Amino acid sequence: MPTIQTIDINAWYGTKQALKNISLEIEEHSITAFIGPSGCGKSTFIRIFNRMNDYIEGFKMEGQVLIDRQDINAKEVRVEELRQRVGIVFQKPNPFPKSIFENVAYGLRIQGINDKKVLSEVVEKSLMRAALWDEVKDDLNHPALSLSGGQQQRLCIARTLAVEPKIILMDEPASALDPISTSKIEDLATELKENYTIIIVTHNMQQAARISDKTAFFYMGEMIEYDKTTDLFTNPRHERTENYITGRFG
Amino acid sequence: MVRIKEKVIEGLLMTAGMITILTTLGIIWILFSESYGFFKEVHIVDFLSDTQWTPLFAQKHYGILPLLSGTLLVTFIAIMVALPLGIIIAIYLSEYAPANFRNKVKPSLEILAAVPTVVYGFFALTVVTPFLQNFIPGLSTFNALSAGMVMGIMIIPMISSLSEDALTAVPKSLREASYGMGATRFQTAIKVTVPAASSGILVSVILAIGRAIGETMIVTIAAGQQPVFTFDIRQSVETITAYIVQVSLGDVQHGSLEYQTIYAAGITLFLFTFLLNNISYFIKKKYQEKYE
Repeated sequence: MPTIQTIDINAWYGTKQALKNISLEIEEHSITAFIGPSGCGKSTFIRIFNRMNDYIEGFKMEGQVLIDRQDINAKEVRVEELRQRVGIVFQKPNPFPKSIFENVAYGLRIQGINDKKVLSEVVEKSLMRAALWDEVKDDLNHPALSLSGGQQQRLCIARTLAVEPKIILMDEPASALDPISTSKIEDLATELKENYTIIIVTHNMQQAARISDKTAFFYMGEMIEYDKTTDLFTNPRHERTENYITGRFG
Repeated sequence: MVRIKEKVIEGLLMTAGMITILTTLGIIWILFSESYGFFKEVHIVDFLSDTQWTPLFAQKHYGILPLLSGTLLVTFIAIMVALPLGIIIAIYLSEYAPANFRNKVKPSLEILAAVPTVVYGFFALTVVTPFLQNFIPGLSTFNALSAGMVMGIMIIPMISSLSEDALTAVPKSLREASYGMGATRFQTAIKVTVPAASSGILVSVILAIGRAIGETMIVTIAAGQQPVFTFDIRQSVETITAYIVQVSLGDVQHGSLEYQTIYAAGITLFLFTFLLNNISYFIKKKYQEKYE
């Protein structure tokens, strides 16, 4: 049974159509990569899974997004609850101007959990899962902005993990990082797959090939091809896909 | 030829700049030299500790405290009105309001600051005070409360506009991070955006305090001219500015000690606003360094 299913998604910014008739299914405990040239709609699409586009003025959407068979755009769904289930990591590391500890504890605090012991446990567990604990365990009260870019991004992942989501969206999580930090994020994604369902948008085709189980190729708001990553990269069915992955355009 | 023209233009521009600097220096010079004459006669300790201010009476006292208490009392009331309203408006405009609504509301808010202060003073005296007298027994015709409240309304746009700028300057990515973790808009505003913009908000409040301390017309009209050392908001009080108006318009002989009192009062006022401006300047500078 797929965890996530979209049916005929169309989306617009004002009058400009950003997504056209996109239907796909995503399995539990897998990594799905969205690739495609800039402006192809992949970032818009990933943000649909936790309704991050809601506050964007002029954004309009049609179609259905089902997560665990529930329509996430239904009236009775509280968007705040949805986002606790579907976490997101952004392109640029965006820690809050607070301490490392408070960054990770943020998600629990907004749920009204302020018990110091509970928070400490969750902070430690989340930082461990994000492979950052050893580097920051003595500096939890330091400002998060004092960390390096790669550490900040792992902190953002830890922050997301702290609220125990089932699905994690990663919108080009490594594009602003150096190669070593990038490979750490990739290793992390691969590890997290055991417990989470991960969707990752990436510009980097090698990255998609390295870590994802399935890959979707987007072009001009359409999903051109969606297949097992090994098949899509070795044996693309569409010429556009082939041109893109062989670097002939994009 | 071109070179000479350039030189002349440069000279003109510099003269224009110098005029403002020289004027400021002139004002400071007059304040200091005139109040020097005052402090030769009145000991600074008496000036700062005497609780009576009666330079125009037979029994003369030169204690600034009544004027200071009047000024601070009215300012305090004004901030109590403007701070919550100004910040709520700023949060609403930056976090909730759609862009086109914000673009319409913001300029119309600024109109509050463009109303002549004499109109505010009149409004306080003839509308607000009679209205409040229905609920507050013992409220004098001239009182600190009405003047402070109306002044608060006047400075709302200072706080709301500058705070809104500070809030809008908080990167969108921080808001998205907060929303992405399941925070509501209100939680995001309170826990992320407002703290991140706190220095800018603080600057707006300090500038507003400076504005309130220096405000003259509203208090002269609506707060009265009785220098009493009190913190009773129902009473008539006199602020430093109102006193300066009173003496300037009166028939006090120029050059006399009575006349010099306005410079002593003026320099007190100047020191306050000068200090506040500097504090806000330093916060702004420190804040910018931290952000980039």
